[in-house]
Amino acid sequence: MALRSGVYADSVKLMQVSRDVAAADGVTAVLVAMATPLNLELAANMGLSPDEPTSPEQLLIAVRAEDDAALAGALAAVDAALAARERSAGSAQAIPQRTIGAGLGELEGSALAIVSVPGQYAVAEAADAIAAGRSVLVFSDGVPVEHEVALKRAAHDAGVLVMGPDCGTAIVSGVALGFANVVRPGPVGLVAASGTGAQQISCLLDMAGVGVSHVLGVGGRDLKEEVGGLATLDALAALDADEATERVLLVSKPPAASVAAAVEEFAGGLSVPVRSAVLSPETPDLTAAVEGLLADMGHDVPVWPSRPGPAESAVPGAVLKGLYSGGTLADETMLLAAPALGDIRSNTPLEPELDLGTDLSASGHVVIDFGDDALTVGRAHPMIDPTLRLEALDALARSGEPAVLLMDVVLGYGADPDPAGALVPALTAAREQAALPVVIALIGTEGDPQGWSRQADALAAAGAAVFSSNAAATRYALDLLGAVA
Amino acid sequence: MTLGGLLSAPPAIVAAGVDVFSDALRAQGADVHDVDWRPPGFGDPADLAALALDPRRNAANRVAVERIMSAGSQLVDVRPAREVIGLQDRTLLHSGPPLTWETASGPMRGALIGACLFEGWATDVEDAERILAAGEITLDPCHHHRTVGPMAGVTSPSMWMWCLKDPVHGGQAFCNLNEGLGKVLRMGAFNDEVQTRLAWMRDVLGPVLQKAVRGSIDAGNDPLDVKSVLAQMLQMGDEGHNRNRAGSLMTLRELSPSIVAVEGVPSSDIAAVLAFIGGNEHFFLNLGMPTAKLALDAARGIPGSSMLTVMSRNGTEFGIQTAGTGDRWFTGPANTPVGLFLGDYGPDDANPDIGDSAIMETYGIGGFAMAAAPAIVRFVGGTVPDALATTERMYQVTLAENPAMAIPIMGFRGSPTGIDVLKVARTGWLPQINTGMAGRVAGTGQVGAGLVQPPQVCFEQALVALAEETRTA
Repeated sequence: MALRSGVYADSVKLMQVSRDVAAADGVTAVLVAMATPLNLELAANMGLSPDEPTSPEQLLIAVRAEDDAALAGALAAVDAALAARERSAGSAQAIPQRTIGAGLGELEGSALAIVSVPGQYAVAEAADAIAAGRSVLVFSDGVPVEHEVALKRAAHDAGVLVMGPDCGTAIVSGVALGFANVVRPGPVGLVAASGTGAQQISCLLDMAGVGVSHVLGVGGRDLKEEVGGLATLDALAALDADEATERVLLVSKPPAASVAAAVEEFAGGLSVPVRSAVLSPETPDLTAAVEGLLADMGHDVPVWPSRPGPAESAVPGAVLKGLYSGGTLADETMLLAAPALGDIRSNTPLEPELDLGTDLSASGHVVIDFGDDALTVGRAHPMIDPTLRLEALDALARSGEPAVLLMDVVLGYGADPDPAGALVPALTAAREQAALPVVIALIGTEGDPQGWSRQADALAAAGAAVFSSNAAATRYALDLLGAVA
Repeated sequence: MTLGGLLSAPPAIVAAGVDVFSDALRAQGADVHDVDWRPPGFGDPADLAALALDPRRNAANRVAVERIMSAGSQLVDVRPAREVIGLQDRTLLHSGPPLTWETASGPMRGALIGACLFEGWATDVEDAERILAAGEITLDPCHHHRTVGPMAGVTSPSMWMWCLKDPVHGGQAFCNLNEGLGKVLRMGAFNDEVQTRLAWMRDVLGPVLQKAVRGSIDAGNDPLDVKSVLAQMLQMGDEGHNRNRAGSLMTLRELSPSIVAVEGVPSSDIAAVLAFIGGNEHFFLNLGMPTAKLALDAARGIPGSSMLTVMSRNGTEFGIQTAGTGDRWFTGPANTPVGLFLGDYGPDDANPDIGDSAIMETYGIGGFAMAAAPAIVRFVGGTVPDALATTERMYQVTLAENPAMAIPIMGFRGSPTGIDVLKVARTGWLPQINTGMAGRVAGTGQVGAGLVQPPQVCFEQALVALAEETRTA
């Protein structure tokens, strides 16, 4: 029991000291407190009443211990605890921002949100961006279509754009987002319901010396009936208002007819000329759309870069095996090849009855989109992870079915830093096993981190014929098949 | 459509999810901010999406939080509960969501017993327990009567109440007078000491405060601006819930001249009143709480809003209400606070969370303004950086910053205000509440103080109900 004058510590500090000292061995009760009536009563309840008069300004130190050593230790511990300084206050530990809303709240000026969280949670993050008056790119797939519609309506009302869901490619004011290529700045704006379609077009434009202002992705479902082109219309309006954009190219997989008509009518009312690169049986060729745009602009159409393959003779009776990472490129190939080959089966078929189901090793003419959602569950996109495609390549070589192999290889940001590095040994092994002509559509630019020519040379050295245009690659494969496109 | 300048210059990027894109963006020299996204702490994804996509939500929440922030608070009168809210004989108010004697915890039972004795409805403790158990006493939550009460919150007809008015929205709110610390009714004590104090508060304190408050207003002075006291407290080391020292002293300063001017009362009573107020560092709490209540009541009944209007505990259950779901309670078992204990009391002596005082956190101060009161964070062995971190975290579960409630150490940033059920679900961060701890056994009184969080289940229920409302709207 001790009383000290001239010592003041606030009650919280003293409660802390009491607790710490009470935890020591041999100490049975501790009260370190200012000697207020309330605290004296607490001390009395503990059987530790002071035996001398007290005043509330005094510090009461009451300790009961099992022996003198423990008592002395406890008193020393009280002194030490009272003298101890807390570590420097310093600044707050950084609190991580958990949501897009929290992240955008800190920013001023132009900002874009990118959402790649699991699809069922993407909508709240995207809604944050819209509420903050910012556009958002939703890379996530698996977002219910009714959520997509609600987000795009809200974005329209807020004067911002929802790119996606399942939008993997965009270029905004020179910033390449997701899977995009290093292309020169220029006057052509792209509105893309298709990622690899936009990559093919922007790369060809770059090779022709024409740059792009922006590539605004809208998500693969935007031109379907349920969504009705909500983002496409807004993106077209935004490019119409953009000073840097002089011409617009709209690229998509085959759209719903009613939506295509509505978009066409809307585009006709804009001041910026809008050209369609929307795939259909009548307009199956993205390269042709680029060439048409170049003609509109009075630009010469260049000879599209390629690397001829070894002089391989035609293999009549063989089948076409398309192993694609880009869905739109796979569609383009099927649209171009179907008139010559007839039915082509696929996991993303042109007609439902041509659905391949889960058997990717089916015989006959087959085009597989390895980037399809069903094949990317739990694994990275084939532009990053080539495992499934390489397995299919190996299986094809072992099958003995006479075939011409057609593949795409997509370069740029987000893609494998050296796709040829993995593909060349696999191609070499396959060609040792079977007489398998290989045709590759290499989508990229010289400016890409992987470099178009470096990759093309490596693939050509492995015996592949390499084209910068998927349409040209497809036609070359059809020639090898002895078919007439 | 210009997309907010998006196409005019390279935008800053805020990214949630896989960071492979961010690396590529950094390689391009873009200004990239990654958020540390996690799956939501709770909630059916379909419910979370329904709220996120409710077109009413942003506007409704803006209205709700603006009502909180614009509400004022004036001390206009002091009157017995019987007169103010028409509290009938044999009726007692209590804190938290609805409660029965059977489910009441020790301190709640103690306070109810004490109030029955105080009102003369029972002759002794056993008699009080008998009439309470027999259902002869009607129990009703304070919150159902525009009233709040700290800890047990037990308010009987003869108890005097602060009468506060919101001059902006016209609301009224009420709270009993604070008894001080230690063995007090609100902590579940009911012995002679408690009874004597309650009788003095009824016979001396209440009437003197009434005359003082009325006298000042009659003399042409403005009513005491309680919200302004609250704002000043945050500049002086209080957070308005567990630390009210500066606020209590300021209230003493404001009331003293009119208390001294009260006529027809012995000077010994005046001195006792002044000493009582000056000796009770939580005296202001019972003015702060109805100030918060005024603001949150102003935000009631806004369809589409996911903002909390009530967080409250009755010692058994924790209950919340939201602006978008009216008077409906969402309840779950109250947690027991973690903190420091008086004397040789320990964690086993503490009752689960109790009191309407979490209205302070609902209002955006208390635990939410922890950074304003670094002394409080030591209740859980924390440090000043912990206090700052707590407030920083609460910014991410709230809708706005209240400029009237500025936190000096955070560069006078406004306190995090307007708890959003959706943000709580998405971050998984539950509100942080500072609180006193009552003894588990009836009659014990206060055993400590500390920190506590609501049970998550309240928020889970509220989320489901809000989503249901959204779907049928």
